Amino acid sequence: MTETTEMKVKYGRPKGFFDIFERRPGAVKKNMHYCPGCGHGIVHKIIAESIADFDIQDRTIMIAPVGCSVFSYYYYDCFGISAPHGRAPAVATGLVRSNPDNIVISYQGDGDLGAIGFNNFIQAANRGENIAVFFVNNGIYGMTGGQMAPTTLPGQKTVTSPLGRSVTNEGYPLKVSEMVAALDAPIYVERVSLSSTKNIMKTRKAIRKAFQNTIDRKGFSMVEILAGCPTNMKFNSREMNEFIENQMQHYFPLGCFKDIADTRDPIKRPEGIYDKQKVKDILYPIKVAKGVSADFKNQSKIFQKERKIKIAGFGGQGVLSLGMMIATMGKLRNFNVTWLPSYGPEMRGGTANCTIITSREKVCSPIVDKLCNLLIVLNQPSMEKFLPELKQNGVLLYDSSTIAPPECGKDKIIYAVKASDIAKKIGSLRCANSVILGALSVVMKDYFLEGKDKKDFDRAFEEAIMDCFANKQNVIQMNIEAFYAGKEAVEGTLTNPHK
Amino acid sequence: MAHKKKVKKYFVKIEPDECKGCERCVNACPKAVLKMGTDLNFMGFPFAYYVGAGCVGCAACFYNCPEPGAITILEESDDTDDSGKEEEEED
Amino acid sequence: MNNSTVHTNKLLLKGNEAVVYGALLAGCDCFFGYPITPASEIAHTAAEYFPKLGRVFLQAESETAAINMVLGASAAGRRVMTASSGLGISLKQEGVSYLAGSELPAVIVDIMRGGPGLGNIGPEQSDYNQVVKGGGHGNYKCVVVAPNSAQEMCDFAFWAFDLADKYLLPVYILTDGVVGQMLELVTLPEPIDRKPVPKWALDGKYNPRTNMITSIYLEHDDLEQRNIHLQEKYAEIMAKEQRAEEYLTDDAEIVITGHGIVSRLAQTAVDELREAGIKAGSLRPVTLFPFPVDSFKKVARTAKQFLCVEMSNGQMIDDVKLSIECSRPVHLLNRMGGNVPTVDSIVEKCRQLAGSGNSGKSKTRRGEKK
Repeated sequence: MTETTEMKVKYGRPKGFFDIFERRPGAVKKNMHYCPGCGHGIVHKIIAESIADFDIQDRTIMIAPVGCSVFSYYYYDCFGISAPHGRAPAVATGLVRSNPDNIVISYQGDGDLGAIGFNNFIQAANRGENIAVFFVNNGIYGMTGGQMAPTTLPGQKTVTSPLGRSVTNEGYPLKVSEMVAALDAPIYVERVSLSSTKNIMKTRKAIRKAFQNTIDRKGFSMVEILAGCPTNMKFNSREMNEFIENQMQHYFPLGCFKDIADTRDPIKRPEGIYDKQKVKDILYPIKVAKGVSADFKNQSKIFQKERKIKIAGFGGQGVLSLGMMIATMGKLRNFNVTWLPSYGPEMRGGTANCTIITSREKVCSPIVDKLCNLLIVLNQPSMEKFLPELKQNGVLLYDSSTIAPPECGKDKIIYAVKASDIAKKIGSLRCANSVILGALSVVMKDYFLEGKDKKDFDRAFEEAIMDCFANKQNVIQMNIEAFYAGKEAVEGTLTNPHK
Repeated sequence: MAHKKKVKKYFVKIEPDECKGCERCVNACPKAVLKMGTDLNFMGFPFAYYVGAGCVGCAACFYNCPEPGAITILEESDDTDDSGKEEEEED
Repeated sequence: MNNSTVHTNKLLLKGNEAVVYGALLAGCDCFFGYPITPASEIAHTAAEYFPKLGRVFLQAESETAAINMVLGASAAGRRVMTASSGLGISLKQEGVSYLAGSELPAVIVDIMRGGPGLGNIGPEQSDYNQVVKGGGHGNYKCVVVAPNSAQEMCDFAFWAFDLADKYLLPVYILTDGVVGQMLELVTLPEPIDRKPVPKWALDGKYNPRTNMITSIYLEHDDLEQRNIHLQEKYAEIMAKEQRAEEYLTDDAEIVITGHGIVSRLAQTAVDELREAGIKAGSLRPVTLFPFPVDSFKKVARTAKQFLCVEMSNGQMIDDVKLSIECSRPVHLLNRMGGNVPTVDSIVEKCRQLAGSGNSGKSKTRRGEKK
């Protein structure tokens, strides 16, 4: 009957498939590896048809999950990638965030999506990633040999539920579509089935809709497809369809749970900035402090050696930022500095300390556990803990608002300043650290600084405070005020109990 | 020329070596024009075949078939007809 | 130039912050991560600066998600990084194995903390084995670089991305909580030109859609070939990419070795020992894989003994012994639980070793404390 009439292909091998499956090992190059009557084949065909019809093969990335569809990259004539078990939505997130032009398909089974990877799936859904998830729910682990899936029906026998799934032991089947539809972000959620031609055609429509949404960058679409695994369930194809229709669809009702693509604007992602000058303008800090020339060196003898400083108190007293200000002063005067905090939960309310080392040379060990040159203590427990680390002839500066004069030998130089009281007076306990620095300025000038360095200390502090709080003019002002208040308050009145 | 309404003819082609014999097409065909054979193909499966007449081109077999190219539905082209009308009315 | 803003390339940064600056200047396109102390500042800094540069920052729902997002972005041909600490690295190992098996480049920062289990957030070096030896399933290795300063945290980001791209594998920037948390002066390097999308990447604008990325090889022979290919790559890395830093090793009789913060303590200890007339030197592995075997072999020719200082139960010491083929005694000085060995303890241990003239058999057992 064909010899006279010309016939053309009305329905044939979808163009979204390779014509020959070269990647598939073995002799069979035209067929997929699925068992006879497998639902995956039907869904694959619809997807392959869609990517060709939408003309998106050059930008579609099909994620092969773990499960029977692990080899899907043998078949699709588009980009392919394998994902670890359950991780396809995370891989998809990476693919689409890094390049929003990508059309990313996360094809997953019930074990992959509903069990081991459920968090990755539900979180990608909740972020509204612009991806299409095709969730093949056949209620069983096919590839590993018919074990129970999160969607196995109550009473259904599998090799790991040989007496039938017990809801008191294994719980109820996971209703994925209902859960996803309850989230705000997803735009399209539909459950379809492969039980009949009519349902397959609805599946086709749903899959194409999900593709359209993804192409339009509307966000997260999911189609849950109730499918058969005739091999593991030991059904022929008629029995399989009946099982889907009568059992699965009963528990997992078909229908569209959500379709709000029309109400959403396409997702826009920013263009990365890579222009070198622009990158520098954004990343390189703005120079606020005038600083000094590259060859500047403070002349005072005290700066010729490495100096170890420790500051201790309780979290919230500004211990760390006091250290930061000193470190910044060092930076602005061409010193090498290290600043090392005690970190972690103790920062959030407990004791806090930090160490600063300034040196003209490279600082090797940044740790101060002995021979400390300057110890600044802001609470009583820190006094007891760290005083033993102070070097002979080292300087101790403490907040005498709250701390009793320490008991120690006359080989230490001890200064006290009512930092908290002064800070409270000028308006905020938080600038007690600047009061301390004001006091330190007096100590330094009286005993350690020489020549021009005497004046420079205050300037260095002002520059440091501007550098630390570049955009917070009120913070800068308050701290400068505190610095001079501290300085004024103690000038000439610094107490050195051992003097 | 007189306007004549053309009745399209369809034909199901089943590749014996690409069929796995699941019978989904046989079950799905509304006109019951597909049958299972008893011979085995190169993969070792029995395969379906078209009885030769009666196909209406509904594509039920095509979309039910899990194999990529086992089923092709051919349509008799109407190049004798003038090409004023297209045959797009699927679904 | 009253109103024009002047930028400077010098600033004080924590190691954790510096590595993000380095990554961005090295053209990193995406960051995916999950918060964990003591690595969280990496995510904080990335959250601030990646979006400022129009690049991708996403806080993942889990460590496994983060590493798989890395896998996705890497497959798309983008420079991508993540960061964590030991517990998180344990969780990421699955994804790292896939990256290695799929030959995808990525940079992973590990700021080590105390373990096992929940451990604590103090600094440790106990991820050495899980990071340097592979860590996940399968015959793979990752290149591991071990910075010891904020400047190196910044600079090594460049190096790590280049190594990852060159050899198509994950590269770790491995350091301890001290280096991550410590603030130091950093000079920012110049940014690089944007890298072109590699030809293997899944990017339809530049590449054919036949590109495909997988780590599955069903045929045993195919998978074996794949593994042989990987081992050849690792051998090439071993031959070409070793890096170490020697300090006064030329005439050193006792050589202190350690990575990360320990290497800086070792230098201070060497200075103190030299002052006391003891011929000490230090040898710092900068790459942990490839372990700088050549430097160790060279130094072992003149040194009488080694002291391996670690903030772990003694994990690197195996590589030290192997690299010198146990030709010299290798002693261990270690602290655990978040404790950092003191310079004093290193000096004291070296004094003992030098004083006892212990150039013969080592009596130090593994795990023995100072």
